[in-house]
Amino acid sequence: MTSETREIVHDQHAHPGLGFYMTIGAILIGFTFLEILGYVGETKGWYSSGVAAVIILVLSAVKFFSVVAYYMHLKFDNKLFTGIFVFPAILATLVIGGMILLFHVVHGEATAIHPTLTSNEAIHGAATNPSPGPR
Amino acid sequence: MDSSHALDGHAAHPAHIDTSTGLDSRKMAFWTFIGSECLLFGSLIATYMAYKGRSIKPPYPHDVTINGVHYEGKLNIPLTSVSTFILLMSSVCMVIALYYVQRGMRNKSTLWLLMTALGGSIFLGCQVFEFTHFYHEGVTLQSNLFGSTFYLLTGFHGAHVTVGVIYLITLAMMSHRGRLGPERALNVEIAGLYWHFVDVIWIVIFPLIYLIR
Repeated sequence: MTSETREIVHDQHAHPGLGFYMTIGAILIGFTFLEILGYVGETKGWYSSGVAAVIILVLSAVKFFSVVAYYMHLKFDNKLFTGIFVFPAILATLVIGGMILLFHVVHGEATAIHPTLTSNEAIHGAATNPSPGPR
Repeated sequence: MDSSHALDGHAAHPAHIDTSTGLDSRKMAFWTFIGSECLLFGSLIATYMAYKGRSIKPPYPHDVTINGVHYEGKLNIPLTSVSTFILLMSSVCMVIALYYVQRGMRNKSTLWLLMTALGGSIFLGCQVFEFTHFYHEGVTLQSNLFGSTFYLLTGFHGAHVTVGVIYLITLAMMSHRGRLGPERALNVEIAGLYWHFVDVIWIVIFPLIYLIR
């Protein structure tokens, strides 16, 4: 038996049929539409930007897991593949979350660049209002 | 071994491969590659998010009023929404292509591989249009933090889509010449993994750049 014929031996894990994949596709399209609706709702003032962000992020997370689990077959494949993907994906998510926390939450003001200042002033402080220095 | 008996109406999987894990080394290697790509895009997305809203001069991505002056946002949400729908649809086409390759249906395999590549090409066309439009509107790599991080992130993604389109066209040509039967379905499955990963990355990028202010 050649290496190529070994690949097609018999079916260990029955995959869903085309209808199931089409349903997932319809869900992806529907959720993308809802994401855009979330953006439109925020611009129209139906709800706050925070609420819109939560709605959009939850919808995109569902889309992410649907594609990874069903289209990339992680739900049906060996769990080792899941581990190989999930570990770096979690690391990447932590890096993104960490950067958002550092630059926008924990030290939001310290890292903010005031739009009314020139780039030189933004880096070194306003010329008419010198930094008081360390306390 | 007759492949038609092996498939029997379902997707084929290798029963046992002579490796220490019993799994195909090519698939293992490709998942490892995808894992490394997660870290690459994670760093690019983290950079974009760190500098989001930090540009000290226009152009800005979304509509904003600073000190009574209104600046119009540069992002084209309707166009990008359409290209996002097309990229998602190309993922569906990819699944259909793999389905037919595993069943040895050559013409349908070729057709759906080409449909997938077409979806990717339209997405790229939209991106080229967007980049060109942005350039004429003053959004460049050097214009401000938004320009630098935006082009870096979406440019890297676009480069991945370009590689994917070339990959898919190559597979479609192989399928057309009868060199992509069920016994080589793993080649298409691996191409599918790559294509779906590119799709997954866009699922993350699209809301973070375009939809969330």
